Amino acid sequence: MSILILAEHNGEQLSQNVLQAVTAAKAWNLPIHVLVAGDNANKVAESAALTDGVALVIQASAAHLAHPLAEDIANLVVSISADYSVILAAHSSFSRNSLPRAAALLDVAMISDVLEINGNNTYVRAIYAGNILTTVQSVDSIQVLTIHGSKFSAASIGNTSAEIVNISAPAAFSQARWVSEVRSESDRPALGSAKIVVSGGRSLGSAEKFEQLLAPLATKLGAALGATRAAVDAGFAPNDIQVGQTGVTVAPELYIAVGVSGAVQHTYGMKDSKIVVAINEDPDAPIFQVADYGLVADLFEAVPALTAAI
Amino acid sequence: MKILVAIKRVVDYNIKVRIKADGSNVDIDGVKMGINPFDENAIEEALRLKEQGFATEVVAVSLGTAANQDILRHALAMGVDRAILLDTAAELQPLAVAKLLKVLVTREQPDLIMLGKQAIDDDAGQTGQMLAALLNYPQATFVSKINKQANEIIATREVGGGTETIALTLPAVVTADLRLNNPRFVKLPNLMMARKKPIETIAAADLNTDISARLQLIKVSEPAARKAGVMVDSIDELLAKLRTHEGVLA
Repeated sequence: MSILILAEHNGEQLSQNVLQAVTAAKAWNLPIHVLVAGDNANKVAESAALTDGVALVIQASAAHLAHPLAEDIANLVVSISADYSVILAAHSSFSRNSLPRAAALLDVAMISDVLEINGNNTYVRAIYAGNILTTVQSVDSIQVLTIHGSKFSAASIGNTSAEIVNISAPAAFSQARWVSEVRSESDRPALGSAKIVVSGGRSLGSAEKFEQLLAPLATKLGAALGATRAAVDAGFAPNDIQVGQTGVTVAPELYIAVGVSGAVQHTYGMKDSKIVVAINEDPDAPIFQVADYGLVADLFEAVPALTAAI
Repeated sequence: MKILVAIKRVVDYNIKVRIKADGSNVDIDGVKMGINPFDENAIEEALRLKEQGFATEVVAVSLGTAANQDILRHALAMGVDRAILLDTAAELQPLAVAKLLKVLVTREQPDLIMLGKQAIDDDAGQTGQMLAALLNYPQATFVSKINKQANEIIATREVGGGTETIALTLPAVVTADLRLNNPRFVKLPNLMMARKKPIETIAAADLNTDISARLQLIKVSEPAARKAGVMVDSIDELLAKLRTHEGVLA
């Protein structure tokens, strides 16, 4: 038996989180195969094949996989599942959409957002927005799971390529169709893999102030921008930069939280950051309990001063 | 169009959950409970689809014990037409919930099934996708916008790096993100009236469904806390710490 990693990509580039999934998969000491589903995503398959630890890349190409739907990905995974005892992916909106569907078709449980893989099909994962850790053991014959990317280091890219085999995908699921997408255009690094993240909360007051205050700091630091759910709900920032329980999880070298109160739903998504800096007007804000360095100050004076001083 | 909304009873999102002294499970005895927030968005959207003339009936269902009547009455007070309790004391995991809901869907024949995108207790985020799989229905998860066109649901999904819009042929499963809508406040007279409405109870045991736990709970524990940090008095002091102590800034 082998391990199947469902690879996320944009048609051109393999997502960084696939490298973390490869590291997680090494826990089983089984051959690691990577499934690349797309419309001739050859570059992606080549990158996957160069990843250290990958034994085989399975490439499924079809026009309907250019914008893959959960139904098609799940059917594809199930169509090759007989060879695998473990099916895993990094936890993201892509895998959260398709892998539960595949697990149900296989009549097995799925273990979401795994923090630790402990052998004997035993896993540690968080519940209650990261307030509690739970250790669970699966009794199923096939393990289907997503891993919490920031808990696993990225596998390196080597010089020797694993074999790439092409397979045909099942016919397109006829009851759903892709219509369109809106991708946020940004020159900044990707939030999930940025070395520095500057994040803003509701105290910033408006979309204009969010931009005025945080964008220059992020630009100067080469940082990605993040936001709390409160800031996103208030319309200060787009939804795809929301950090937390229901958004993106980040673990940068430096996380600068500006006007962030520090609700557990937010800290769930950033508490693995190496260094956390919090700037807030409220000395009692819970964010200071998870910050390495806290500064109580007027945001509208402190942040421009910080930007100027860097 | 008939809509079935599945709702879960969870610990109130403001409560910090503790663990039992022996680490065997979380301690939620006597803790304030309520409807899972994402499920409330699902109810709200179903009601709006009815108010817009797209749906004729909205039915809410919850799985659990008689205690779940409180959230079903909340759903009735919001405006759903009927409420069903799938009565079981078993600890249900997402696959088991999906299997029980599948039986109910076969009985109720809804055109659209709505759920929250995840529950804030187990944070699994699987039930809607699993139900869609078992029914072989199309699915739209993490949905922030819905339009109805002819026999299709046009759904905008919140995904990494932006949004995606897909079209589903009915019947279909949709899971709600928080930004789908702002749920209406329940007025006291509506809550009073909801108390008098019947809740249909179906014994889950009578549905002959495998609801066995596939994940055995070994233990629960508290995550390691981050080490206590220090407060700085100025930007200069902050920068000095980051540059010299931590070396994270040039």
